[in-house]
Amino acid sequence: MNKFFAQRLHLDIWLVLGILALCILGLVTLYSASGESMEAVTRQAVRMAIAFAGMLVLAQLPPALLSRWSVWFYVFSLLLLALVLVMGEMAMGARRWLDLGPLTFQPSELLKIAVPMVLAGYFGHRTLPPNLYQVFLAAIVVLVPVGFIAVQPDLGTAVIVTVAGFTVLFMAGLSWRLMIGIALMGVAFLPVMWFYFMHDYQRNRVLTFLDPETDPLGTGYHIIQSTIAIGSGGLHGKGWLNGTQSHLDFLPERSTDFIFSVFSEEFGLMGVLVLVSLYLFIIARGLYIAARAQDTFGKLLAAGLTAIFFVYVFINIGMVSGQLPVVGVPLPLVSQGGTSMVTIMAAFGFMMSIHTHRRLLSH
Amino acid sequence: MPPEFVFKDTDRESRLIHRRILFTGGVILLLMVLLVSRIAYIQIVRHDHFTTLSQDNRVKILPVAPTRGLIYSRDGVLLAENQPSYNLELIPERINNLDRTIERLGQIVAIDQNDVDRFYDTLKRIRRFERVPLRLNLTDAEVARFAVRRHEFPGADVSARLKREYPLGELTSHVIGYVGRIDKNDQKRIDLANYSGTSHIGKTGVERSYEDQLHGKVGYEQVEVNAAGRVLRVLDRTPPVSGKNVRLTLDISLQRAAQEALSGRRGSIVAIDPRNGEVLAMVSNPGYDANLFVDGIRPAIYNALRDSPDRPLFNRALMGQYPPGSTLKPFVGLAGLEYDVRVPDTDTWCPGWFSLPNSSHRYRCWKKHGHGQMNLNEAIAQSCDVYFYSLANDLGIERMHEFLERFGFNKKSGIEIGPESDGNVPSRQWKKRVYGQPWYPGETVIAGIGQGAMLATPMQLASATAILANHGKVVTPHLLEETYDPVSGEVIKDYEPKESRIELTEPADWGRIEQAMRDVVHGDRGTARRIGQGADYEIAGKTGTAQVIGIAQGEEYDEETVLERHRDHALFVAYAPVEEPRLAVAIIVENGGSGSGTAAPMARAIFDHALMKTDD
Repeated sequence: MNKFFAQRLHLDIWLVLGILALCILGLVTLYSASGESMEAVTRQAVRMAIAFAGMLVLAQLPPALLSRWSVWFYVFSLLLLALVLVMGEMAMGARRWLDLGPLTFQPSELLKIAVPMVLAGYFGHRTLPPNLYQVFLAAIVVLVPVGFIAVQPDLGTAVIVTVAGFTVLFMAGLSWRLMIGIALMGVAFLPVMWFYFMHDYQRNRVLTFLDPETDPLGTGYHIIQSTIAIGSGGLHGKGWLNGTQSHLDFLPERSTDFIFSVFSEEFGLMGVLVLVSLYLFIIARGLYIAARAQDTFGKLLAAGLTAIFFVYVFINIGMVSGQLPVVGVPLPLVSQGGTSMVTIMAAFGFMMSIHTHRRLLSH
Repeated sequence: MPPEFVFKDTDRESRLIHRRILFTGGVILLLMVLLVSRIAYIQIVRHDHFTTLSQDNRVKILPVAPTRGLIYSRDGVLLAENQPSYNLELIPERINNLDRTIERLGQIVAIDQNDVDRFYDTLKRIRRFERVPLRLNLTDAEVARFAVRRHEFPGADVSARLKREYPLGELTSHVIGYVGRIDKNDQKRIDLANYSGTSHIGKTGVERSYEDQLHGKVGYEQVEVNAAGRVLRVLDRTPPVSGKNVRLTLDISLQRAAQEALSGRRGSIVAIDPRNGEVLAMVSNPGYDANLFVDGIRPAIYNALRDSPDRPLFNRALMGQYPPGSTLKPFVGLAGLEYDVRVPDTDTWCPGWFSLPNSSHRYRCWKKHGHGQMNLNEAIAQSCDVYFYSLANDLGIERMHEFLERFGFNKKSGIEIGPESDGNVPSRQWKKRVYGQPWYPGETVIAGIGQGAMLATPMQLASATAILANHGKVVTPHLLEETYDPVSGEVIKDYEPKESRIELTEPADWGRIEQAMRDVVHGDRGTARRIGQGADYEIAGKTGTAQVIGIAQGEEYDEETVLERHRDHALFVAYAPVEEPRLAVAIIVENGGSGSGTAAPMARAIFDHALMKTDD
């Protein structure tokens, strides 16, 4: 009965349960991280509700329509992205925002969906595995927006878009030999990035990541304090609302990018295991949806979107626990803020659409 | 690329993708396990190490609030300053038994029920581990007594801070305004990082309008703290940048003279320099002591202020909307000349009343038996109502509306501080919009003498009078002379005047109105001739008496019998010296009786003070 109802709404009950569980954990943690501000929690809950409604709407669009419109969606997003470079709003030294009167938004968020979608649409109508020409074309489709995003500069988003595109390419059957070639080229390109494309603050972040003690009160301060918060949480944590690191103002950005540190300080390793299991559950369900999808487009898109979700989680937890450089990626569904929430919920909406719009096959 | 027709082997592709999905799943699982193992390592193996680090987490970054800029008058009198004060503050999370601690602290410093109430009130609105003030403004003896026994009170500390003080109290309250604790509404309009060390923010008046300049830029201290959060020593310091000092155009001696002139009465006086729009005096009487608001006003005192029938919190100069009465006549007269409805020397007959054609209603002149033959000059000098009833009727409300708006009526004066009322100049459209009713000719008639729905603020009247003084040059009234750096004295910002002009088809009309206003004060029959006597300079002015209650047909207004609150408002607008105007004033005395008897003498006192002072 329930299942039938969910099917009619084009919802995937397992994904919805996972999302709700994470949202609740997020609100509980936010209450503590925001200094017990019910207002912050309410506002975040409203954002969640809006994003959820958006997901519900997107889940109604049939995959065939998505496939047909993917190219236009991609071109449109790319145009907006170019517009940002010309007339975007500056904030904290980066030009990412487009001001639309009451709303500001980041076109780069659209690309996180548009890139895997257009590639899935492209390969969905081709014979797999792709030939060299097709791989080359796909690389351009990925790298043009990544280039735009990297010069904004927004390293976190650039990485996410790259991984999303690459995942679709990989799923489409990119040969291992080509893959190793691309990886080698990437490594060779790193020094060029370092010397010609990266901003000073980005280089600093990487340097302090490699050795946080060199700058204990500057950039390294975040990493050190965050690691102390996680480490002092221990197995069981200090208890909800009792994290001294966060409540005594040692933790920076504690309700947004560094909310995982607040969570681990207060709930300990047990909490971390619960949280990570929830993420893994959602990722597993995403891959299952990809495997069960009826056509190549659905499989590729679902897999690409799942990869995005994973990259969010991996980069965020990696950076706050000192295992990756700080690149400013939020913890999906848990960090305070609406932008990434909308993107992620949209991705879930598309995945649900793929899973629930099934053509009847006669047996 | 030519279309490909290759047979699509769906099963083979599916198998390929499934293999890759499985592989990706494996990679994801592996990466997550690695990530979590590292966290487990930190949380289990190195737990003791990080617990120690967290417990004596010594280095904290504390914001250092900048010193707020001072406010001076143009004549160098300090209007807002910062006085050191000591507060006793508690960190509730560090205290086991709050009530007991407060009780014990009460044995060292005086703590009354009000302090305790406010403490618990603040406690509800504050973040964890934040310091909450218990007693403000400790005496030196109290600070010393606490210092000796500080070790007995973990979580309690004395903080030194600068408290805003307004030495002139009531005299400047409506101009300077006051600062108060930052609340939720304030947080929306500020950069929170820059205010991280600041507890107070400008709430009203100049303190609010020039908040950005006065506040300055926050500094930071890297300090070593012990486990109880007490600062042990400062490791490094980025000093804050003090706010800029503000010098106002206000002339305190003139402000004082204006307040003294008004003393004991409700009303407002605004004096501006017509040459540049500088506001030299702006009084709204009664005022209030702004110092009461700085640390949160006690509810009983606040209620008394709010509910007082004299309305001390109400800034009459900007918010008070009064019928301008006869002070509007020079403007209406000018409109009559501009639209060729009146010729300067043509007479109108005043029998003591005016009636519209086909109507028996009599609009009465203040002079019961009439003025007889009146030309424009005489009608202004003697304030003949009938002349202006008839003129207004010939002009029509739309032309009056249009002309008066050019003088700044019906819109905010544009002065930097607020809030400010718009006043009102009625029109057909306005009546339709607000009341949904048509306009009646009778309303035009009474608008001609500044009654009815016509409303103006003292600031609007002063600034419109300045335009008359300037023969058309429009200046925006303003309070800022300059802001300057308190250390180097370097001027950061001057006021940039915005000027425009009212052009008349016949510029000589300015002189005609000026002559009539001069005759109000210096003419043989001028309504304010008493204040012209013995003046060493010439004044151009206009008296006004505005009805507060309607007087029925056939009844008479008798000052003795009506309630004080129903007595007429007394008004006077003027500028001087006529040759080279240096001061334009507007005076409104609520229920003051008559403009000539009450308000005009105040203007004389102010002109004497301002114009004679420079001569000695």
